[in-house]
Amino acid sequence: MDILPILSTLRRHKITAWLLILEIALTCAIVCNAVFLISQRLERMRIPSGVAEHELVQIQLANIGNRPDAAARAETDLAALRQIPGVQQAALTNQLPLSSGGSWNSGVKLEPQQQLDTANVVQYMGQNLLPTLGTRLIAGREFRPDEFVDYADAVAALQSGNMKGLPQTLVITQALAERLWPGRSALGRPLYFGQGIPFRVIGVIANLARPNMLEKGAEYSTVWPIRLNLTQGASYLIRCAPQDREQILKAALAKLKQLDPRRVVLEKRTWDEARYEFFQSDRAMASILVGVCVALLIVTALGIVGLASFWVSQRRRMIGVRRALGATRSNILHYFQTENFLLATVGIGLGMVLSFGINLFLMTHYELPRLPAIYFPVGALLLWLIGQLAVLGPALRAAAVPPVVATRSV
Amino acid sequence: MFGYYLEMALRSLRRNRMLTALMVLAIALGIGASMTTLTVLHVLSGDPLPGRSDALYRAQVDPRDSNGYEPGKEPMEQVSWTDGMNLLRAKRADRQALMTGGSVAIQPEQLALDPFYEDARFTSADFFPMFGVPFQYGHGWSSADDDSSARVAVISSELNNKLFGGGDSTGRTLRMQDIAFRIIGVLGDWRPNPHFYDLDVKNYGENEGVYLPLSTSQDLLFGHDGSNDCWGNGGGDQYHLKNAPCVWLQFWVQLDSPAKAVAYREFLVHYSQEQKNLGRFQRPPNVRLRDLMHWLDYNMVVPDDVRLQTWLALGFLLVCLVNTVGLMLAKFMRRAGELSVRRALGASRRALFGQLLIEAGVVGLTGGIGGLLLAFLGLWLVRQQPTGYAKLAHLDPAMLLVTFLLAVGASLLAGLLPAWRACQIAPALQLKSN
Repeated sequence: MDILPILSTLRRHKITAWLLILEIALTCAIVCNAVFLISQRLERMRIPSGVAEHELVQIQLANIGNRPDAAARAETDLAALRQIPGVQQAALTNQLPLSSGGSWNSGVKLEPQQQLDTANVVQYMGQNLLPTLGTRLIAGREFRPDEFVDYADAVAALQSGNMKGLPQTLVITQALAERLWPGRSALGRPLYFGQGIPFRVIGVIANLARPNMLEKGAEYSTVWPIRLNLTQGASYLIRCAPQDREQILKAALAKLKQLDPRRVVLEKRTWDEARYEFFQSDRAMASILVGVCVALLIVTALGIVGLASFWVSQRRRMIGVRRALGATRSNILHYFQTENFLLATVGIGLGMVLSFGINLFLMTHYELPRLPAIYFPVGALLLWLIGQLAVLGPALRAAAVPPVVATRSV
Repeated sequence: MFGYYLEMALRSLRRNRMLTALMVLAIALGIGASMTTLTVLHVLSGDPLPGRSDALYRAQVDPRDSNGYEPGKEPMEQVSWTDGMNLLRAKRADRQALMTGGSVAIQPEQLALDPFYEDARFTSADFFPMFGVPFQYGHGWSSADDDSSARVAVISSELNNKLFGGGDSTGRTLRMQDIAFRIIGVLGDWRPNPHFYDLDVKNYGENEGVYLPLSTSQDLLFGHDGSNDCWGNGGGDQYHLKNAPCVWLQFWVQLDSPAKAVAYREFLVHYSQEQKNLGRFQRPPNVRLRDLMHWLDYNMVVPDDVRLQTWLALGFLLVCLVNTVGLMLAKFMRRAGELSVRRALGASRRALFGQLLIEAGVVGLTGGIGGLLLAFLGLWLVRQQPTGYAKLAHLDPAMLLVTFLLAVGASLLAGLLPAWRACQIAPALQLKSN
């Protein structure tokens, strides 16, 4: 196909042609970056929690007024919960992975005298927590019952400076172990908190995500042998078969109410619900982005259809003349298709430069990674395809123009 | 003349219904999306206390030990109990309030209502006059109540509606955490957004239902809610933070003139130096005194997603405009013959230009009205989102005006280039070719 006549025609419609190119370029740039943002959100939503996701139920209660016997009540509650048929494990916990709300975090050091923290880790606590969460141990061991310390005693020990009252051991995630001691075993190594208080790593678990602040290291989690009760804001966590969850939630609530009616239920949900809620804004943002991409592509496609239709009707006479001079229908069809291809190519070229620029802007303002190179060819293909589909209708209409048009005056 | 041009414009637009619909739809979509996101951005970055925010400052000092000290680093955002009480008692500002969040169990007298937990604010007497809090009934407490840890409470009008059917409940008793409080005030309509005085509890949303003297809450061991940031060995649970090396209280001051603000800053530096001499602080004095709006900026209170959505919508509007310009240009150029005849018959360039602009304006105006309707739909969709700011997403008169101007401006802009181009046609050439 000879492109010179096309170029000379386009030269007579410079502004319109450039507007179409600009539209394609902007669409290309915005869609490339929007799709990249969507993929980032989806990736974030796929993060492994490390727990038995579909088997967990959370109940958070709060006492009315102060309860000196809160610690004893916690043990009674747990024992009662374990007796409910279908309950496999029951625990208390200060927080759950991937759930909104607060979280307990601390800086950690590798040397007692170190000035700055090596990493910021999340601190999971609670009796019987690891078996209930269903984390997978990959090295060392989990806690022995005699390693557990009451939270209140640990706080008192910290305030009085008597470090013997603190727990001595920790379980950490593999991701954290790899961050602290790359390529080496973490077992038995000391970790320092506060002003150089040492704790020994006794076990490494495969995964356990943070509750939130994932940007500080989504899997930098530590587990502490500390017993909690309701006054510290802890929740009951129950593990059971997925199909039993609703029923066990009801039974557990009834049991807890029966044990002590003077408590207020702050939270009752399955872990799946907590996770769903946690990613709600990501889901909303992803669907907004999808909507914008679709709308942009439709607007651009309709714009191409509109302009092409204009050009076709404007050039009816010229088409007629060409047909009369021997051009076949497919010659005319290819003419418009090639014209669109040329415009789209220039638009895509500009769009690539523009999307790179937008990506740079997003990288500096929104801590986004660089746009992967694969987006460029895929984006180009998509826009070429849309351009060709959009121009097909008008081009077919052009091809249908009979040669006799050439002989008629307007 | 205008009426005639308008009629011509409508006729011309009716000739290509599909095309007109496409142009109107593109403008409506672009404007609808932009207005939705701009309104959300406008609402979220608004001033929570208009008229007062200039005189309100958040005071920060740096009480940490020397471990991890780096010059130029920001001091801690909140204050510890000791520093908070020292600064509060110094009374060096026009007004000052120390506060923290909490959550208390309310035990209604009515048997029909189960006990429930309500968000609370533990604060000191100046909170109400300093933030200009309106009262429906009664008043706030006095600093004497602070000193004596009085069992008094102020409640929101929502809680008053729930518990007392909206009547004057001052003087009545409210049981919280098994303790009887006397209600001394019911707030009027007060919902400053963002929740500027404690952004760690929440950025946007409903205010607390219960307000108690901070001293009372600490005497009764009411746990605190919100951020708790410790240094050294930390320690202290949410009930025993008075002596822990932790910051968990927000300290706000009112300073009525810039000169007073300068003086207060000096005071904070002196205070830090004095504490360093006493050995309590280990770092060199490092203070900040940000006014309310700067405090919100510093905390980047507007969510990143909202900013991103605004950029996205503006980009979308740009594409829609380019699209409309292209279509309108093609349309006007196609009428070259008609325009040339009119020029040849004596119509001035100016007249043609005006006529074409009116045609563009009709498209823009229709698109703008469509965009406004879409913006209402968009904001309704935003309100269905499960975010704290969802309920705030309403179009106010200012944004309504902006929408209108944006619509007309955008469409005129879109019409300007095509109209100008179409007027540049040399009539003789066109007439000849026909």
